[in-house]
Amino acid sequence: MPEPVIGCLALQGCVDRHRPHIEAAGASFKAVKTAKQFDEIDAFILPGGESTTMLKLIENFDLWDILSQQFAAKPVWGICAGSILLAEIVENPAQKSFGVLPVTAIRNGYGRQLESEIIAVDGYDVSFIRAPILTKPASRVEILHTRNGEPTWIRDGKNMASTFHPELTFDFPSPMHSMFVEIVKKTATA
Amino acid sequence: MGENVINIKTGLAEMLKGGVIMDVVTAEQAKVAEDAGAVAVMALERVPSDIRKAGGVARMSPPELIEEIMAASSIPVMAKCRIGHFAEAQILQHIGVDYIDESEVLTPADEEYHINKHDFKVPFVCGAKNLGEALRRIGEGAALIRSKGEPGTGNIVEAVRHMRDINNDIKRVISADDAELMTMARDMGAPFELLRIVKREGRLPVPLFSAGGIATPADAALCMQLGADTVFVGSGIFKSDNPEKFAKAIVKATAHFDDPAIVLEASKELGGVAMRGTEISELDEPMKMANRGW
Repeated sequence: MPEPVIGCLALQGCVDRHRPHIEAAGASFKAVKTAKQFDEIDAFILPGGESTTMLKLIENFDLWDILSQQFAAKPVWGICAGSILLAEIVENPAQKSFGVLPVTAIRNGYGRQLESEIIAVDGYDVSFIRAPILTKPASRVEILHTRNGEPTWIRDGKNMASTFHPELTFDFPSPMHSMFVEIVKKTATA
Repeated sequence: MGENVINIKTGLAEMLKGGVIMDVVTAEQAKVAEDAGAVAVMALERVPSDIRKAGGVARMSPPELIEEIMAASSIPVMAKCRIGHFAEAQILQHIGVDYIDESEVLTPADEEYHINKHDFKVPFVCGAKNLGEALRRIGEGAALIRSKGEPGTGNIVEAVRHMRDINNDIKRVISADDAELMTMARDMGAPFELLRIVKREGRLPVPLFSAGGIATPADAALCMQLGADTVFVGSGIFKSDNPEKFAKAIVKATAHFDDPAIVLEASKELGGVAMRGTEISELDEPMKMANRGW
């Protein structure tokens, strides 16, 4: 089987930092912006950035329905802003979302930048940057890490979300990237 | 934390990549900016072109104005303090802004020293005209660099000059052999250890944004193609005919800066004309903001 191609939605945000992690985990990396490019990848990363900005650009370029279909068919991992876009419900304030993951996202749940910090998750340093809080996951959702009792890293079948950034750490690959590439490979053979 | 992870202050700058940071002077403008897709807003009392008109001393904005803009925004809020004015910076940190811009747009408070930004938990962005200046600011603790340009002019020429100068300096460092680096550090006035990082990584150790004179979607696309990770637009949006449409169009052009068909589309969606703009040679020497700081 050829290496799967993991695409990172590159309308705005932290994109290129994923490349070394994805390649070290045994997959190819591609930054994608257009519907044509979406057809050339096996899975999506929705990167960290500003969820409102990404939302406006997705709507402005009429990509909403196309991405909904893509997410139904392919594994997707939402990181920070990306996890907000994937949630079923968004609060603080409410905004449109794809509803791919049965969970509620509270934007800037820990506060502003002064509350941003680097924390070890399973022994690996990750960055929480104006991070959301995920809450009320459906019972089927697998909780992979929690902070103050709320999930920060979850998996639901082929989809994954993390409220933190493993891509800003220079040990390649991160455990999160490894797990996602595993999920993508299993989904491809299933 | 170890050396193995990007500093949390620079981490936020990584998240702002590929976006537009807009100057706003009211909570209503902050909403317009956010609705148009800004990645962050810069809370100001006056945009740079009005600072030029008003003359006198330009200081940190009133705290209650910054707080009002913070309350109205779900995206990061930045605010400016004067160069060297660490007491203004302490106030801004206490308010809880997400980024401080130690900015030449305001009247400098100290002609000798910039703020020691390592003393702060809040991240700082600083302006630079060339690599030496960028690395001096990073040495003092800046987590993000923006090319200075000439703010409030609607004239892109200085932003282009500074982006090209920074890029050309980086090319020289990359091709220098190790023995030449110390001489370069002396000539540029840049910290030697940071020059070594530039040589190894082939780029600045923090993201590089562009600022100072961006007034149209094409200006934004130009800066992005010259290597900017994100653009700051000051007077260019709220001094245009149609701020809402200008804001949206510049966001669109920035996201697809390398696709002329989309930048063209954005350029046709402006609903009015850009700010009038100023020829740099018309500026009196003291009003050349890029020359403030060192």
